[in-house]
Amino acid sequence: MRRVTWTGTQPDAPEIFDVVIIGGGIVGCAVARALTAFELNVALIEARSDIGDVTSKANTAILHTGFDATPGTLESALVRRGYGLLSQYAPTVGIPVARTGALLVAWTDEELAALPKLASKAHENGYEEAELVDAAEVYRREPALGLGALGGLSIPDESIVCSWTSALAYVTEAVSRGLFLYLDQSVTGIDVGEDSTEVQTTRGSLPTRWVINIAGHGADVIDRMLGHDRFTVVPRKGELIVFDKLSRRLVNSIVLPVPSSRGKGVLVSPTIYGNVMLGPTAENIVDRTDTSTTPDGLSFLLAKGEQIMPRLLDEEVTTTYAGLRAATEHSDFVIDCDDRNRYVLLGGIRSTGLTASMALGEYVVELLTSAGEPLESRDGLPPAPKMPQIGQAFTRPFEDEAKIALDPEYGRIVCFCERVSRGEIRDACESAVPPTDLDGLRRRTRALMGRCQGFYCQAEVEALLHRGPRRGDQV
Amino acid sequence: MTEQCDVLIVGAGPSGLAAAAELARDNRVIVLEREQTAGGIPRHSDHTGYGLRDLRRVMFGPTYAKLLADRAVQAGADVRTETMMTHWVGERSVVVTSPQGRYEIDAKAIILATGARERPRSARLVAGDRPAGIFTTGSLQNLVHLHHQSPGSRAVVVGSELVSWSAVLTLREAGCQAVAMVTHRDRPESYAAFHQGAKRLLSTPISTSTKVRRVLGRDRVEAVELEHVVTGSVRTIACDTVVFTADWIPDHELARLGGLELNPGSRGPSIDTMMRTSRPGVFAIGNLVHPVDTADVCALDGRHVAQAVRAYLDGRLPEDSGVELRVESPLRWVSPSVVRLGDGAPARRRLLLWSDEFRQVAKIAAVQDGGVIGKLTLPWAVAPGRVLRIPWSLLSSHNPKGGSITLALT
Repeated sequence: MRRVTWTGTQPDAPEIFDVVIIGGGIVGCAVARALTAFELNVALIEARSDIGDVTSKANTAILHTGFDATPGTLESALVRRGYGLLSQYAPTVGIPVARTGALLVAWTDEELAALPKLASKAHENGYEEAELVDAAEVYRREPALGLGALGGLSIPDESIVCSWTSALAYVTEAVSRGLFLYLDQSVTGIDVGEDSTEVQTTRGSLPTRWVINIAGHGADVIDRMLGHDRFTVVPRKGELIVFDKLSRRLVNSIVLPVPSSRGKGVLVSPTIYGNVMLGPTAENIVDRTDTSTTPDGLSFLLAKGEQIMPRLLDEEVTTTYAGLRAATEHSDFVIDCDDRNRYVLLGGIRSTGLTASMALGEYVVELLTSAGEPLESRDGLPPAPKMPQIGQAFTRPFEDEAKIALDPEYGRIVCFCERVSRGEIRDACESAVPPTDLDGLRRRTRALMGRCQGFYCQAEVEALLHRGPRRGDQV
Repeated sequence: MTEQCDVLIVGAGPSGLAAAAELARDNRVIVLEREQTAGGIPRHSDHTGYGLRDLRRVMFGPTYAKLLADRAVQAGADVRTETMMTHWVGERSVVVTSPQGRYEIDAKAIILATGARERPRSARLVAGDRPAGIFTTGSLQNLVHLHHQSPGSRAVVVGSELVSWSAVLTLREAGCQAVAMVTHRDRPESYAAFHQGAKRLLSTPISTSTKVRRVLGRDRVEAVELEHVVTGSVRTIACDTVVFTADWIPDHELARLGGLELNPGSRGPSIDTMMRTSRPGVFAIGNLVHPVDTADVCALDGRHVAQAVRAYLDGRLPEDSGVELRVESPLRWVSPSVVRLGDGAPARRRLLLWSDEFRQVAKIAAVQDGGVIGKLTLPWAVAPGRVLRIPWSLLSSHNPKGGSITLALT
């Protein structure tokens, strides 16, 4: 039985679902995982042909302690809780996480003066490990920084994480627990009835008792379909430059800007794959699908990089990308449970959504419970999945002598830059939630993500993808 | 398990295979090739012109690649395909991954011959989304020649070097029309005669002083936005394919992981006339050290390094102090970049240089310790996008104990 479909027909689907989740970003996947732990029939609808294909794939992938959240907000509480949950979950399923720590660096007197305030804000947020450091210590920790750093604030628990593996792990586990995953279908209308709600999609209609709206950039549109008018998503574009893995030695921790009157600033951070990232820009835009980089954005980042870490600019650029944060006019997450219409909204989930994802899953369970929904734990849950290891600081298949001895396909490297073996591409194509296109395969394996961007292997990887099981295949 | 060999060659392209064919006659030689087939780039360059300088005849790329691979094997070299060196574990010890397993190799001498690649679109910081239809010459030729697929129907080719014309030919063969060729330089970089002929034959208009500002299209390329580098005017050309050509970067990852000194201009390892790197017993050849010259010149590097490696293995290659070679703008790099007392001439008795500017008529001068030690009027134009080969005799009166030598166009 395959519970993933791109066509909209699921022969064994129940007559009515208990919960339909709209939106297969990282939070939607986390909510799906949380709810499938109970005796519920859960469906997840995603407009794109893959999960985690919008904001969840293009962000800074930092696991936040929540030290700089606004104290007292729901976001602050959920980020803090989510940090703990994801830190615990990650090693059990193989999500790569590295606790690099972060260093906020002050470059002006104004920024230097702001550091003690940030330290006490961290304290208010329940984070006690923040530490003010002087300029000498800043350069001891980050010798490649440009001239002019005046001091810093160390946040030793900020971590880098693989956001794709996280979303994929959640949804894989949810599917193993019985989630019905409907990909490539957009919601076109919602009819709330007395006892059930009809969610109409481009490929049919799903009857359900509860609707959970976690549609990211479409959350306000879905919310209006349910008769509300309480927020508007303003996509905020963030462009990033990713540098070659050979630059990784230049950066030890996440080098954060100090928020100041000059704006939020740009960070330099190692990535979990072993690259170095410079960004993001922050530009409010209109088009909710515009993920293109711009000439101005890229030159802005280069100018910033020149100040923060000039040596970084001598290194090769591996890639550039842009992601969209689903900002709203509210400064906190917009979360609401409408018991009467059996509708939960998770809106305005910004870049902290990755960190907060599992806490948001937990929170939805609480909301349903308080709404009087009898949630009964499911017996005999399948074991948590083991995700393919694509992080740099962990043993990858190409370096695993025993694994290659058992299956030579792991010794057959196809993507040389990222050292992705044919075995891993095969595994991705045969996985519970397989890729439907090159992008999906990239995210699952890192193939084509390296310095040559496909100079050597694109054609071969493409051939392997089309050989494997694909969307639309009846399995 | 750890294997032993006399010479380990990393990369089975023209230079590595030529070195293997020479050295395997009297040494235990292992050649590592990460691809499925030995031969390197010529395998998917389906045009003639290969073999002129090393074999004294011309042939098609794939034929040439196969011939070099056969010769290496016939000489006794152990050519291991699908085998990739991933790390160093000692001065001359490496670890490799292959379907046969992951294992270490200890060698008495190592030759790096990992070649060069074109910078992809992202490394050139061209803005836009990431639609399908964006290639380099390498990925295009791979797709067309090895996988027999079609890239699209209307292509814009970025660059106007020889390799760019090679991309145009490949496009034509695949039924895709090259609607424009753009270069940020104020004139095309390829040889004038070739360029005129190609332009007429392939009827591809060239826009000079033009750079690609942005790629338009979300799922598939729809157009490119071009900017005139002088006037700043912007226009778009509709196309479904963009090929980014030239703009070479050596595949220097292993050299850098090994901590080898780099030539700042070429970014390949810095070598002397015997092709030694900064690490004893480790040599570097081919387009890794001169990105990029033709395949036959690479193959001749292989023959040249064989003499040096043999001498090294026999303990006959003393490493004396050297004089550094530098270049002045618009020259970007010179290779070799170290001249040692007691060493002989470089491969083909030529210094290889790269210029970032065009000069119809040029003189080159070598200056050491404030005095001109050599001067030469070049019988051909200097053009960016192709290697400038200068006779070694330019340095014949240098002082091997003196200061560094600077080469400059005058």
